[in-house]
Amino acid sequence: MVATQETVETLQDVTGQYKYGFVTDIEAETAPKGLSEDIIRFISARKEEPEWMLEWRLKAYRHWLTLEEPTWAAVTYPVIDYQNIHYYSAPKHKEGPKSLDEVDPELLETYSKLGIPLKEQEILAGVVAVDAVFDSVSVATTYKKKLADMGVIFCPISEAIREHPELVQRYLGSVVPYTDNFFATMNCAVFTDGSFVYIPKGLRCPMELSTYFRINERNTGQFERTLIIADEGSEVSYLEGCTAPQRDENQLHAAVVELIALDNARIKYSTVQNWYPGDAEGRGGIYNFVTKRGACRGVNSRISWTQVETGSAVTWKYPSCLLQGDNSVGEFYSVAITNNAQQADTGTKMIHIGRNTRSRIVSKGIAAGRSDQTYRGLVRMLPKAEGARNHTQCDSLLIGDRCGAHTVPYIESRNPSAKVEHEATTSRISDDQLFYCLQRGLSQEEAVALIVNGFCKEVLQTLPMEFAVEAQKLVGISLEGSVG
Amino acid sequence: MTATPVAAATPFLDPETRAEGGGWLGAVRQAGLDGYRRQGFPTPRHEAWKYTNLSAVGRLAVETPPAVPALTAADLPGDRLLPLDVPRLVFVNGRFSAPLSDLDRLPAGVRAGSLRAVLLTDPGHLRPVLERPQAQEAVATLPLAALNTGFLSDGLVLEIDAGVSVEGPLHIIHLSVPGESATLAHPRGLIRLGAGARATLAVSYSGLPGAPSVINAVTDVVLGEDAHLSHVRLLAEAPEGVHIGAVLATVGARARYDAFTLTLGGRLVRNEIRVLLDGEGAQAHVNGAYAARKGQHIDNTVFVDHAVPNAKSSQLFKGVLDETGRGVFQGKILVRRDAQGTDGQQLHQALLLTPGAEVDIKPELQIYADDVACSHGATAGEMDAEALFYLQSRGIDEETARALLVEAFLEDALTTVADEAVRDALTERVRDWQRGRAQATWNV
Repeated sequence: MVATQETVETLQDVTGQYKYGFVTDIEAETAPKGLSEDIIRFISARKEEPEWMLEWRLKAYRHWLTLEEPTWAAVTYPVIDYQNIHYYSAPKHKEGPKSLDEVDPELLETYSKLGIPLKEQEILAGVVAVDAVFDSVSVATTYKKKLADMGVIFCPISEAIREHPELVQRYLGSVVPYTDNFFATMNCAVFTDGSFVYIPKGLRCPMELSTYFRINERNTGQFERTLIIADEGSEVSYLEGCTAPQRDENQLHAAVVELIALDNARIKYSTVQNWYPGDAEGRGGIYNFVTKRGACRGVNSRISWTQVETGSAVTWKYPSCLLQGDNSVGEFYSVAITNNAQQADTGTKMIHIGRNTRSRIVSKGIAAGRSDQTYRGLVRMLPKAEGARNHTQCDSLLIGDRCGAHTVPYIESRNPSAKVEHEATTSRISDDQLFYCLQRGLSQEEAVALIVNGFCKEVLQTLPMEFAVEAQKLVGISLEGSVG
Repeated sequence: MTATPVAAATPFLDPETRAEGGGWLGAVRQAGLDGYRRQGFPTPRHEAWKYTNLSAVGRLAVETPPAVPALTAADLPGDRLLPLDVPRLVFVNGRFSAPLSDLDRLPAGVRAGSLRAVLLTDPGHLRPVLERPQAQEAVATLPLAALNTGFLSDGLVLEIDAGVSVEGPLHIIHLSVPGESATLAHPRGLIRLGAGARATLAVSYSGLPGAPSVINAVTDVVLGEDAHLSHVRLLAEAPEGVHIGAVLATVGARARYDAFTLTLGGRLVRNEIRVLLDGEGAQAHVNGAYAARKGQHIDNTVFVDHAVPNAKSSQLFKGVLDETGRGVFQGKILVRRDAQGTDGQQLHQALLLTPGAEVDIKPELQIYADDVACSHGATAGEMDAEALFYLQSRGIDEETARALLVEAFLEDALTTVADEAVRDALTERVRDWQRGRAQATWNV
């Protein structure tokens, strides 16, 4: 561990006033509860960050103090005591189950329904650490070397802050500034981990990048920060999350993802989120308050968001695109499934700034049980967005008469040559379709899964192949118990 | 009286009417003032006022409108919606004008006149209208409707007995005659149709150019079972005029409310229509068209509340934005928990003619029942170049072709007005607008 006496001294130098009890905590590798400038200095020191980084964090923290938690989203949750949270906890290797026999059979059943190979099941259940699996390590190491040879930088963000400060300093906060919103600002102050990706000019990244291969960083913290830069003419596809249910002791997650696409660059960002949604009453589930934004900075650049959201008790998430470069393209494909007492308020923002920018939004919401779901989106055509185009389609499917589905789009056009089209529908599963499937011998649940998959097909097709297959199964599993 | 900023809302209640009406009416007014004070004057921080900034209106120092000058029927605007042989009620600066009105032609079973007169003689029978849940909700959620309730003193009362079917439209004219400085009026309309009654209303709001007239109108519409009201309104205020209006319609079982609003005039217009579908089989069709040019701001905000099963609603709005005109459309369909079998549709289309024009659209669905068919659509864009080219290739000059396409675009919505005479009059007003004569051209 690097928490040496030196670090402590550095910290003392920085803060000037250091309490004795605090030092003990450093050795315990967990910061005391609460958020303060001391905690931020502590985090920054533990990450061995340069001075500018600490300054930025502190600026964010001071701004955060002036902000109020947003209440406009159609979600309700108990008041969060931000002073009752550990903002730093060093990843520890915990005592996991010894073999799959000790793992919750319900979890194993889900894994097998998803078609996850046995070795991967062991990793997911925590029986073995990723780095203990020979295959994975070798695969990951091989890939890492291959990527590095090509000039791709793919590493934890804390490493990038130390190793590539010029890139980080230039781009961090350039899409989501530290003043952006309550949760993003908090993230700026306290983020501890996340990925950094830089694709050099003209390179088409030969493989899908995924946190899965970023070994040693499996325990991503609750305040994740991701920064992806695609330099001129490059192309990258990034995968976040996995279909397997993930349990996490941290209830509050406030991540920030920033994407930057320069001239002719393309970024495809796919997310499958299946965090613990809580029990049937929604107790104990994860709160996922994420700020994701991409800037199509260069001409002809393209950013594509695809998300499959099935988990979390409360989701608050609006992956957005700033279409700055002429002819740039933004896309948002989303499937959100809520069941039981889950609540999701999700959507996107497409800000058309450059000429001939185009955006496409396809959102499919499925609400079942007593869940509540909202699509909230903004399409803005600025006066200079000559010839810009947007097409938005959001469809909601209601399963059962106790759930809610809402659509709240904002459309603002200040350029006559810009064309905006928005359509939205809400309905339930057609009795005819269901009847047809049932009389063909499918069970009620299979029929619903089939119909819902058809409903989402347009979005699921945009996922990378290996994700798409699992996501289809996930759709069915998420709706279990919602019918009949 | 000294001028007071609109937002300060010092109650210049009419002392004569305030004393009347007994405890309940005083309580209704007090609730209105309390509702306003609680919510405050709208700012863009209020989600419902995100796109319509009233701060300039709020700072405007206003007085109560001047006493109505002596007018005769010959002074009525020349470009009326309907000819003079139609029964009409005329209001000047929010006050009923008996000499300008023609109540003799009112058919049997129809009672119409001034709210002020009813408040002085028999206010009790208006109590169910003013105290119904929808009116109370408006006081709690619409700050300016609450303010109107606080100042409730004059306006229209129209009651149609059960089973009475009124042939032909009734004409209601609101005129604003500006004073020395800006004025503020709070006209209130109460329209009640008994079970099975039918009627068409053609309502116009217009004003003389001059110091700004701020109209803060509220119209209550209560439709009994199987009643059918076609409520057509033309908002053509003077160039400096500000019109903030709310219609609160409660629609009974199997009743039908058809609303149409054509907005052409006024510097700033907020046309808010709230419909409560209150009985099974109720229907509401809330449509409208608008055209805004330099410096104009036109906001249509619609809320349809499907509170019961098997009700049906539709909305169609079309807007044309020219020069620096700005259009706002906020439409919301709420389907409550047990409102199964709901059919709710909504469409808003905007045509932007020039750079500098702006449209902001917020179509919203809030749905808590599953057996529903709800949809909304919204588009914004410029004139179809191919259609323009087609017309030009047929030998029509560009100017005319553009005018034709604008008219055709708005006509889509205008065709939903069932009464032919009223529809033709509206089409004529659209043509006037195209010729650049949106405001009323009448003499006092």
